[in-house]
Amino acid sequence: MTGLDWIGIVSIIMASVAVSIGSIGPALAEGRAIVQGLASIAQQPDEANVISRTLFIGLAIIESSGIYCFVIAIVLIFANPFWNTMVAAGR
Amino acid sequence: MEITPDQLIYWRWGPVTVNATLVWTWAVMALLVIGSWALSRGLRTDGTLTRGQNLLEAVVSLILDQIRAVLDGQRPQPVLPFVGTLFLFILVANVLSILPGYVAPTSSLSTTAALAISVFVAVPVFGIRRHGLAGYLKQYAQPSIFVLPFNVLGELSRTLALALRLFGNMMSGSVMAALLLSLAPLFFPAIMQAFGLVIGVLQAYIFAMLAMIYIASAIRVQDAMAAPRERESEGRSL
Repeated sequence: MTGLDWIGIVSIIMASVAVSIGSIGPALAEGRAIVQGLASIAQQPDEANVISRTLFIGLAIIESSGIYCFVIAIVLIFANPFWNTMVAAGR
Repeated sequence: MEITPDQLIYWRWGPVTVNATLVWTWAVMALLVIGSWALSRGLRTDGTLTRGQNLLEAVVSLILDQIRAVLDGQRPQPVLPFVGTLFLFILVANVLSILPGYVAPTSSLSTTAALAISVFVAVPVFGIRRHGLAGYLKQYAQPSIFVLPFNVLGELSRTLALALRLFGNMMSGSVMAALLLSLAPLFFPAIMQAFGLVIGVLQAYIFAMLAMIYIASAIRVQDAMAAPRERESEGRSL
């Protein structure tokens, strides 16, 4: 096992860990937000426009934490800086 | 596999390279400029609208309504050009990805960072125009001087979040399509493309709306004298 092998193994494992943990949190949070938003719309159908606009913006903000994890996973797999450094150093 | 269209180089001359992001950004801009120039010639007010004028009026009044809902009570016209341009550019850039061979410039981090930085610059510009330099800077020290570093940090981190959110969403769409293309070639990529269109429209709306909310928080009247007056006018509009 060379250093390059270890970097590859650890990168792939950590990429999947990042995506899986990073999708659990936002999924639960978005579910709660949508439940509450739908309950509010059912209570006050007149305010549906305001509620759904706020809901969408809130969802986007919640979702961005999942997106960060996804970006980090993609960087680890396709544009890994440690891997590139090691390959460039020829080890 | 390319994860950013910056690496897709169409033309190279010495140190000058023209990549896909550049080409398609200019294509989207040209489409928007030529399209609105062609549609807005021969505007008239005598009641008989052409189809193009009808389309443009619908788009502009839709954006105006959304801005007005965020700005409660203030005139939406000063921010309309900036927010409307952001919305239309991102919308067209995302929706055009149904064309084969097109690479959405918003799936490159440099485009989304540029858009987020323009929001980062526009927020103080609108705030200073409304409150003056001292009045705007005083907002950072509200309610006390100890929150100043958090306000400055929040300003920076929301710019980063704005750029990464759009980039992540658009890039995940294209990466997903590429992965599925090698896995289940015919059916699923088409569905994912259709889903990507929904995401694209939604992200354009969210980007413009968040920019609008940041600008609205900068130009909102926040001193104690004005707060009750604002609440009163809100109550009257209900």
